[in-house]
Amino acid sequence: MKTDIILCGVGGQGILSIATVIGEAATQAGLNLKQAEVHGMSQRGGDVQSDLRLSTDPIHSDLIPKGHADLIISMEPMEALRYIPFLDADGTIVTSSKPFVNIPDYPDAEAVLAELDSLPHVHKFDIESLAREAGNPKGANMALLGMAARFMGILSAQQLRDAIGRIFAAKGDAIVEANCKCFDLGYGLQTD
Amino acid sequence: MKKLLLGDEAVALGAIYAGLSGVYAYPGTPSTEITEFIQNNPLARERGIRSRWCTNEKTAMEAALGMSYAGKRALVCMKHVGMNVCADAFVNSAITGVNGGLVVLAADDPSMHSSQNEQDSRFYGKFAMIPIFEPSTQQEAFCMMSEAFELSEKLGEPVLFRVVTRLAHSRAAVEIGGLKDQNEFNPATGKGWILLPGIARRQYVSLIGKQEAMAEAAEESEHNRLEEIPDQVGDDGRKIGDDRREVGDDRREVGDDKKAGCAPLGVIACGIAYNYVSEAGAKNVLKVSQYPLPVKKIKELAARSQNILVVEDGQPVVEQDVKAILGADYKIEGRLTGKLPRTGELNPDNVAAALGIAPGQGFAPAKNLAARPPQLCPGCGHRDVYNALNKVAAEYPGARIFGDIGCYTLGALPPFQSLSSCVDMGASITMAKGAADAGLFPAIAIIGDSTFTHSGMTGLLDAVNDHSNITVVISDNLTTAMTGGQDSAGTSKFEAICLGLGVEPEHLHVVNPIAPNMEAITAIIRKEIEYDGVSVIIPRRECMQTLRRHSKK
Repeated sequence: MKTDIILCGVGGQGILSIATVIGEAATQAGLNLKQAEVHGMSQRGGDVQSDLRLSTDPIHSDLIPKGHADLIISMEPMEALRYIPFLDADGTIVTSSKPFVNIPDYPDAEAVLAELDSLPHVHKFDIESLAREAGNPKGANMALLGMAARFMGILSAQQLRDAIGRIFAAKGDAIVEANCKCFDLGYGLQTD
Repeated sequence: MKKLLLGDEAVALGAIYAGLSGVYAYPGTPSTEITEFIQNNPLARERGIRSRWCTNEKTAMEAALGMSYAGKRALVCMKHVGMNVCADAFVNSAITGVNGGLVVLAADDPSMHSSQNEQDSRFYGKFAMIPIFEPSTQQEAFCMMSEAFELSEKLGEPVLFRVVTRLAHSRAAVEIGGLKDQNEFNPATGKGWILLPGIARRQYVSLIGKQEAMAEAAEESEHNRLEEIPDQVGDDGRKIGDDRREVGDDRREVGDDKKAGCAPLGVIACGIAYNYVSEAGAKNVLKVSQYPLPVKKIKELAARSQNILVVEDGQPVVEQDVKAILGADYKIEGRLTGKLPRTGELNPDNVAAALGIAPGQGFAPAKNLAARPPQLCPGCGHRDVYNALNKVAAEYPGARIFGDIGCYTLGALPPFQSLSSCVDMGASITMAKGAADAGLFPAIAIIGDSTFTHSGMTGLLDAVNDHSNITVVISDNLTTAMTGGQDSAGTSKFEAICLGLGVEPEHLHVVNPIAPNMEAITAIIRKEIEYDGVSVIIPRRECMQTLRRHSKK
C-alpha cells in the first residue's frame, strides 16, 4: 500500500510543518517514507512544493512520477493547479480556497476556483478564516492537514493528531492544543 | 536506532559517527544543512567538533587540510560552485596528500534550483585524481561517510563526496550506528607538504602511483553493484545471461543488435539515478556510487547487454568515460545522445522515458496558472536600498548596477529590475571596476555583507589601488540571509575593513535604509557617484527573517 502526496503553497505558509507532522506520524507507524523538499531561494515568497511518499513497501525515487500522486495538499488554490500533471486520474485535491496574491499577473480568482471544480475529487475551504476564527491564525496549515486526513489512506486521523502533539511538544501545551483544535476543525469539515 | 534525516543530515551524522574533529564550510544551497546539523548536534558538542562558519570555501578547505595535517579527521562542505573558489587548495591537497582523513563534500544543483550553473563536481574529483563517493540514498550517505574517511586515511589522499539537491534535501529513515573514536593529535612530519617544484614532482608521481589502489577499491566496492538479472528467456529461447562473453570478443560483429543471449539493454545508474532506474523497474543494472569507474564491472555489463544507457544526474561525466572504455563500436546512450535531456536534473519521468516506458497519465497542465518567482520579504532593507539606487540611477542615462550573489539578487526581478549583472561571489565590485576602467559611468556595485567578506574585499583593494571610479554599496543585513540566516564573517567589522583597505574616510558612509531616510540616502549616493574614486556606502538594517527569530527569543 502506498500514498504519494504533493504538498504545495507559497513560501512562508507552513508547508514544511505539514510535511514534518506527516513524516513523524509515518515514522511512528513504521511506514517507509521519502520526502523531497525545496530549500533556498524559492522559500522567499515563491511557490514551494514537497513530494511526500509513504509506503508499506520500499520506496525508490524521492520524486513522484507524473500521474502517480494520490493526493495534493495545497495552502493556495492556484498552487494546487500547478501540480495536477502529477495527480493520478482518481487522485484527490485538498486545498485552501483563498488565493494568495503576491504577483501582478495572478489569474482571475473565479477562474482558478472554477478550474479546480472541474477536476474529479476536489475539497476546498477557506481554512485561513477557519483558523483565525478559532483564535489560531497560524494554525491554518494544521486545519488543512485535518481536512486532508480523511483522504490520507495509509495513516489514520488519530495517528496524525498524535504526531502534532509530539512535533509541537517543545513549544508547550497551549500551542499543541491550539494546533490540535485547528486539525479537528479541518477534519470535521464536510467539504464536497 | 532509526532517524528521519535529510540527506544533508545523514551526511553530517555520518561524519560525526566517523570520528570527525572539525567541519569547515561556507553556507550554500543545497549543502548548508550539513554544517548546521553539526553545529546543533549534542554529540558533536560533547566531542568538541569544530563547526563555526568560514569566510569562504578556500579558507574552509585550507583549514580542513591543516586539521588533517595534525592527524584529525576533517570535513569540508560547499555547494558545487564553491569548488571553484577552493579549487587551488583542493587540487593541491591531492598532491600533498593527507594525514588525518579528509572528505570534501560538494553538493551539486542540477536544474539550478538555487545556483548560477549546473557544473558537475565529479569532474573536479577526476581532475584532482582522487576517489569520489556518490550515495544513492540517505542511508548510503550515512554509511559511506565512515568508509570515505577510512579510504582517505588508507590512501593518504582526500576523498570527494558528491551529493545532489534531491538527495541533500530529501528525508528518509536512516539506521544509525557504528560510533568511532576521534583520531589522536598526530601532526605529520614529512616534507611532502612543502610543494616546492622538486617535492611536488615526487608527490605527483606518488599520486599517480596510487591510482591503481583507487581503481581496485572502486572495483571491490559494494556500492558498485552489478545486479543479477532475474531469469529471463531471450528471443531465441535461451536464458538471458547464459552466454557471458568478454568485451572485445572478436566473434561479435559490430552493429549486430540481435546478439544471442544478451539482454537488450544494460543500464549504468550513478548516484540517485539508481533510484529512478529502480522506480522504472529496469533490470540488468550496474549501480555506480564510487569512482574511479569500476572498469571490469562495466565490461561485464557490456558483455551481457546489447547496448548501454548511462543514467547520471549532472553532466555526462560517466557517459564519456564509458565510451572510452568500451570503444566507438559499442552503442552507448545517455545525455550526449539525447536519450536523456542534456540539461536539468533527472526525474522518474525522463528516466522512464529513456528506458522506453510510457509516461504516467496525469492531468493536462492547468490553464489558470502564473509563475510565482521568489521575492524580497516585506520590510526587507534591500528593498529600500533598491528604491534609493533606482531613484538616483534614473538621473544618469549611462548608469549600470552590477549585482552579486544573495537575496538582493532578487533586485533583478520586478518591481526593481535594478541589476545589469550577477555572475559569481564578489563579481559586483570587480565588474564595476572593469567597466569603469572602460569608461562606464556611473559604475555601481551592490554586494551583501557575507558576500563581501567571502570574495569582495580583494576586489575592493584592487579598485582602491587603481583609484577606480566606482560606487560600492555593501547592503548589510547582519547575516547570510539567502541560505537561512547564518552568521556573517564580517559583522561589525565592515567600516574597519574598508578603511584598512584604503577607502577614504570621507567617502565611507553608513546609513539606515528606512523610508524616512530616503532623501538623505539618495543625496549620499548622488554625491558619491559624483566623486571620482572609490566610495563605499553601507546601508545597515537587520534581515526581517533573523529579526523575527531574535524577537521570538
